[in-house]
Amino acid sequence: MATTFQSAFHSLRETKVWKSIFRRGPANTKRTRSHAVFGNLSLHWLPVKVREKSLRVRASYYLGSISFILFIVLFVTGILLMFYYHPAAPHAYRDMKDLQFVVSNGVFLRNLHRLAAHLMVFAVFWHMFHVFYRGGYKPPHEFNWIIGVVLLLLTLFLSYTGYLLPWDQLAFWAVTVGTNIISAMPFVGNKVRFILLGGNIVGENALLRFYVLHVVILPLVAFFFIGIHFWRVQKDGGLTTKHRDGDGQE
Amino acid sequence: MSDQQNSSHPNVPLSARVGNGITRRDFLNEVTLGALGIAGLGSVAVTYQYFSPNVLFEPATTFRAGNPDLYPLSSVTFLQDQQVYIVRMPEGFYAVSAVCTHLGCVTQWKPDAEMIACPCHGSKFKPDGTKIEGPAPRPLPHFAISLTADGELLVDKLQNVKPSQVLKV
Repeated sequence: MATTFQSAFHSLRETKVWKSIFRRGPANTKRTRSHAVFGNLSLHWLPVKVREKSLRVRASYYLGSISFILFIVLFVTGILLMFYYHPAAPHAYRDMKDLQFVVSNGVFLRNLHRLAAHLMVFAVFWHMFHVFYRGGYKPPHEFNWIIGVVLLLLTLFLSYTGYLLPWDQLAFWAVTVGTNIISAMPFVGNKVRFILLGGNIVGENALLRFYVLHVVILPLVAFFFIGIHFWRVQKDGGLTTKHRDGDGQE
Repeated sequence: MSDQQNSSHPNVPLSARVGNGITRRDFLNEVTLGALGIAGLGSVAVTYQYFSPNVLFEPATTFRAGNPDLYPLSSVTFLQDQQVYIVRMPEGFYAVSAVCTHLGCVTQWKPDAEMIACPCHGSKFKPDGTKIEGPAPRPLPHFAISLTADGELLVDKLQNVKPSQVLKV
């Protein structure tokens, strides 16, 4: 049974259609395997070879992968929540309550989005601490460390803009306090606050602006930087493992 | 021959050069980059203008606070909708902002302790807005208060006045 399946799969990979989609035939040698990874859009940011050491749980605790999986969970649940949520003051709070009490499985999706968001902030911070204590900011990883800091800030901005969307008291005062912190910036503070809120108070315009930032601009920017981040992990020679640094540890 | 080797484009014939030894390519590059730079700056400027709303649908900043007789002598009254305290002291009326100068939370009047307290980070103020303690950097501002023609109190939240300016009725 297994062999029939295998040979069927093998002959499938020899077909013209397969070859036209994946640009090559079966990857059965080391060379063709590495070509298969290089030549595939969705695989090219992965390393062709990985050291076994870097796959151990202790090498990374998979924190970066966990953060990314949470990001994907947030992306999918977020899109689903958008089907019921109107980013306007008369609707926002009621739509959130409808998702909790009226929409089938709405409470599941909303809670999944909320919990994944909390977990993502936690995972990203833990990832940063772990990389820091392993010396992952040292050359040749120093550029990717900076990209990581940008991703941490994007995670926090995403978290903060999403915080306003339920449009309840917690959201309102959190954003009031947060944007007043912004206005403490010297010289440009009040202008930045005015542009961010689209006015002087946390109102209709602020809700809409935070919504657009939350669902379009920040996720797009985050995807872009995640792409660079993963690609650089591979280009910089994989994860930092203690032996490779040769700093006498272990 | 020697000046050709020194220039950035040794292969460009002398005939393609404009005065000062600038090649046509250099010239066009600079003009193009300059034009793109100006267009870029212009885009930033108009985008900034676009994001800065000209008309705001926010609550009015001037409001009537009713007849002065509504406020007993030596009292602090919190007007929740306007986030303003109307204080009536023997020397007269004044309007104090209820928005904390720290991070913008709405403060509360505590009659027992005779002070204004912020629930967010614990700032405390006297009824005239002066700071008692807490992270707040400034005292609560006083707003311009006047009488309308029909004898009601009128508060303008955009106009700050000195604490010594009180309205005598």
